[in-house]
Amino acid sequence: MIFEFTPEQELLKKAAREFAEEVVYPKVEEMETTRELPEELYQVMGEAGFLGILVPQEYGGSELGTLAAVLVVEEISRISAALGTSFQVHCLGYLPVVRLGSPQLKQKYLPGIATGKYIATGAITEASGGSEPANMSTIATRDGDSWVINGRKCFISNNKTANCTWVTARTKDEPKREFTSFFVDKSIEGYKTGRMENKMGFHGLDNGDLIFQDCKVPSENVILGEGRGITVAMTSIGRMGRMGMAAVGLGVIKSSLDAAVKFANERILYGKPIAELQAIQFKVAEIASLLETSRLLVYRAAWMADQNGSDSDLAPVVAMAKYYATDSAIKASDLALEILGGYGVVEDYHVERYVRDARMIWAAAGTADIMKLSVAKSALSGK
Amino acid sequence: MRPLRIAVCVKPVPDPKQSSSFQIDPVSKTLVRKGIPLVINPLDRHALEAGLRLKESAGGNVTVFSMAPPAAEQTLTETLAMGADEAVLLSDLHFAGGDTLATARVLAAGLKKMGDWDLIICGAESFDGGTAQVGSQLAVLQGLPWITRVRHLEREDDAHLLVTLEDEVEQRDLLVQMPLLLTVDSAVNQPRRLSLLGILAARKRKVTTYNFNDLGLDKNTIGLDGSPTQTRELFTLESSKKVEMLTGNPQQIVAELFTKLGL
Repeated sequence: MIFEFTPEQELLKKAAREFAEEVVYPKVEEMETTRELPEELYQVMGEAGFLGILVPQEYGGSELGTLAAVLVVEEISRISAALGTSFQVHCLGYLPVVRLGSPQLKQKYLPGIATGKYIATGAITEASGGSEPANMSTIATRDGDSWVINGRKCFISNNKTANCTWVTARTKDEPKREFTSFFVDKSIEGYKTGRMENKMGFHGLDNGDLIFQDCKVPSENVILGEGRGITVAMTSIGRMGRMGMAAVGLGVIKSSLDAAVKFANERILYGKPIAELQAIQFKVAEIASLLETSRLLVYRAAWMADQNGSDSDLAPVVAMAKYYATDSAIKASDLALEILGGYGVVEDYHVERYVRDARMIWAAAGTADIMKLSVAKSALSGK
Repeated sequence: MRPLRIAVCVKPVPDPKQSSSFQIDPVSKTLVRKGIPLVINPLDRHALEAGLRLKESAGGNVTVFSMAPPAAEQTLTETLAMGADEAVLLSDLHFAGGDTLATARVLAAGLKKMGDWDLIICGAESFDGGTAQVGSQLAVLQGLPWITRVRHLEREDDAHLLVTLEDEVEQRDLLVQMPLLLTVDSAVNQPRRLSLLGILAARKRKVTTYNFNDLGLDKNTIGLDGSPTQTRELFTLESSKKVEMLTGNPQQIVAELFTKLGL
């Protein structure tokens, strides 16, 4: 096994880190206050080529793969978990077009996605929840060579920022329920942003409803084919959504570690830095260990995705990475807060933000408990 | 306008962001580099940016030169990702331990091997050594005129550049004829950040390495043996912060302050 990044991956990490520290960091306070995503961030990400990281080069992307995307998400999330999440949601939004879309669909959307003309998201969750799609009420009915979509999707990240999305709808009830996924952009009438959620964390990431009201979509915008909607959704969520949230977790763990180490070295108590106290050292050791173990799981899962294995083989590996990195982010941010003591709950020190954001990761793209179901299913089958 | 052949000299230095963890080996009296990543010397990034902007405005090419250990190849790859057309690493054990003059000799030989240059740009000084000598020494060895600490730079015509200097007294705008060497200050521009598209473009560019045998230098003029100056001592300057509150009325406080300052 080779436990090191390629020189190109090292440069990629550096590029993402520079962007996060120099462009994103000055905007974090504004995002916390206004809860809005500054428009220029996506503009800069488009110019720097981040937005097309999974887009094939023939369509203007960099096609650097899942591990590369994970590294970028981690670096951005170290500074802003909200933007890291928004970026990974953009990636999960267009991934089905890359992997499963027709040549016409790719030509229509991917060049614009790579430059930032299109910002993407994905829509499957409804008021009944996201982990049981069979009960979705959004429907699509045929109308000549088009489909007409009606329904409301909930808890959609980038619901305001994104101007295109894949959306899964029920397209048949008998003899058995079938679902189909469509790629829709906001130039199509009937696709609009609905109510916004006020969240405990991820401030700056818009999240809420997407409304589809007599939204007439041409048949060429069907992804993969009629009746294959759940496959499309699971490709997006399994290969990028859960992976991406795990990478956001890595960013939060790293920022928690950095904050804890800085404070422990600078805070003088009884005439010496508190870093010299074993009680503090044990906590720092725990955060550092959570970071490295989470990275091993997440990087391996991303590497496996780049080897192009099947979705079913990848699912439990990604689920384990997501569950573990998420849990670790909660523990790490909590430990960092304890190390900072009273300063931990002060906004200026950012750690209280890490605590709030860690809980957001836990909930996004399937809770830890849902992830464990996938892990358990694989383990119990003897794999 | 006529395309320019531009050379930019860069030095890999320990990452300034990690300066709080720098340590000096008590025996060798050198900086402990283990665990400290190398980055492009901050002012050399401005030098590269200046070269890239001239190229982008009127055509030409930018070649980066560096005398450094083999591990610096990654640093040079970064200059390719930023937009340099080619990078040349001058690396050999014979070059090790060289002072500024010995370093300038190696750089001059590398530049000469690659042909003639319209413009050579260096950062005004390095973050670690901070001598600000290599640029000037390199110009003398090349037989070129040179200007240090340029704060503004633009192409005037085929043969001339307009440069701005500034010292404590005045700002001066100069029309200068190429070929020449410039060293630049941080005010000259804002270096670009790495981009994914730049990283992809770097796949098609290469880092060429030249060693002692390639450059045909005299062993006695390079490396530790060829260095007229040597570091006798390197130590960490101890500094401590102390806050003292002066009390009393304003007159008393000012009087006490003057006494403490020895005025």
